[in-house]
Amino acid sequence: MSLDGDYLKYARRGYGMDHDHYDWSMLADRAPVTWPGNKPLALWVNVALQFFPLDQKGKPFPPPGGMVTAYPDLRHFTLRDYGNRVGVFRIFKALDAFGVTASVAMSARLAERTPYLLQRVVDRGHELLCHGWDMDSLHYGGLDAAEERKRIARSLDVLRGASGQSIKGWLSPAKSQSENTPALLVEHGVEFMCDWINDDLPFPFRTAAGELTAMPLSTELEDRFVITDNGHAELEWAEQVEDACDFLIGEAEATGGGRLLALNIHPWMLGQPHRIRALERVLEYITQSGKVWSAAPGEILAAWRAVQA
Amino acid sequence: MRSDPGLYHYWPYEDRPKISWPGGARVAFWVAPNIEFYELDPAVNPHRKAWPKPVPDVHGYATRDYGNRVGHMRLMNLLDKYGVRGSISLSTALCDHHPEIIAMCRDRDWEFFSHGIYNTRYVYGMSEAQEREVIEAAMATILEHTGKPCAGYLAPALTHTEHTLDLFAEAGGIYTCDLFHDDQPTPVRVRSGEKFISVPYSLEMNDTIVYVANKIEPRRYGEMLKANFDRLYAEGADNPVVMCIPLHAYQVSHPHRLRAFEEALEYITGHSDVWVTTGREIAEHWIANHYDAAVADIEARGATS
Repeated sequence: MSLDGDYLKYARRGYGMDHDHYDWSMLADRAPVTWPGNKPLALWVNVALQFFPLDQKGKPFPPPGGMVTAYPDLRHFTLRDYGNRVGVFRIFKALDAFGVTASVAMSARLAERTPYLLQRVVDRGHELLCHGWDMDSLHYGGLDAAEERKRIARSLDVLRGASGQSIKGWLSPAKSQSENTPALLVEHGVEFMCDWINDDLPFPFRTAAGELTAMPLSTELEDRFVITDNGHAELEWAEQVEDACDFLIGEAEATGGGRLLALNIHPWMLGQPHRIRALERVLEYITQSGKVWSAAPGEILAAWRAVQA
Repeated sequence: MRSDPGLYHYWPYEDRPKISWPGGARVAFWVAPNIEFYELDPAVNPHRKAWPKPVPDVHGYATRDYGNRVGHMRLMNLLDKYGVRGSISLSTALCDHHPEIIAMCRDRDWEFFSHGIYNTRYVYGMSEAQEREVIEAAMATILEHTGKPCAGYLAPALTHTEHTLDLFAEAGGIYTCDLFHDDQPTPVRVRSGEKFISVPYSLEMNDTIVYVANKIEPRRYGEMLKANFDRLYAEGADNPVVMCIPLHAYQVSHPHRLRAFEEALEYITGHSDVWVTTGREIAEHWIANHYDAAVADIEARGATS
């Protein structure tokens, strides 16, 4: 028994990364970022408004939060729909109560299906990010490039047309990408994407079609991951966010470089009556520190760009 | 295949010859940061997929990359603060990819031991000659980049064959972290007959097992570490033991997790009679002072299996 000899060869072994998308760079070595008002911490809350189709294909995997039972999975379809009908309005109130700015990442198909909700988002002044076509339209290695181009173009066209916003930011369903996704996003006028969670600050990302910026949107701290995947209680999620807030403020003050707390939340999760208190508690804790600049990702990106060489 | 790995005898915890750690310590305490490199598009091993999703598995790759870009420096600063020298379980290709990390750890006199070349390369399906080649190559990289021979082994992604430890011992290694059967060092039988041992490396206290497999809350992890230490410290008054905390900067160094770990580290290192040390130092001390007595005791008890 033996393996093919190629298995003992390492074509990309060398300095830096094993791909060409970004340079190897430690957070501790970056030029310090200064946020407006010299606040040590920027807070980026993103509200994910998602459409999970009942006839889920699950290709190449079922999306997190998607259908689980045999067709028709009314249980999960309606639990997710609850977020867009009911939960999101509780989230809006909580954001307003503590003066917190948030972006909204929306499935383009949801914008088409629920023009009322889209209009509310626009009227409230949220920066919209495109969250793909729907949660079952995954971008993944091996997806036909022409098909993916069509999917990205359609998603952005629909969301731009319906909202009147230019839409510079992208969050892939399940943060899943193909080898072509970043270049296709650049081709379609996207300036930043949130799928690469390998950093606590934005960083430049190269593609065959030009450069864009990676804006890491933490998975480890998001409500769905902590409460559903890890099975922690909502108040334990709140503790973790508060601990992260304290830690990042401490690191910013110790190093003189601003830090970013990126919080992705789902109305179908935190918008439940028994969970909304956890979000309110977190927003109160973060904002009362007086050390936080709450901003939309486009504003955060602009402040970050100002200190890049 | 065998019903038992054949690596060690059953040797009950009670009534063993007493260990003496330097300074009369009750607990030899070591911290093992795993500094790993996962490839975005690794060669395919027919026996195990490297990534659960189609390549590029952006989420899985980025999760690990966070440890090197962001987490390492946080963890290193914390270990400095509490006077702990890390014992690095190293993907040795990282010497080429991220030499800055290697230099900082070398400056701190941390230990480097082998965790294979990449954590996306598995020994499943390899011939003995192939496995020897990758084991020796990883050890050679450590010697070349750190100036010190590699003493310890933790197989990449915990992938083994029946000959893994034989091959590592023949290449000059003296201890393994791959066995989780004890709270004290134990002899490990290798075919060369060389003195080769297991140094406890607790999978139960490993942050990835805690956070990914067992899905424990960060503050609860801190409490688990303290409870683990408290019991070992109490038992170590009678017969000293080893406590290891294996870590991954891509897990423990997240902003919502590091403070809870720091509290435990502060607690443990705040005790007297704790030998804060490295895997190699534990292995060398135990081989020099306790190996022969352990073998004699095992034989005297009528070793089985």
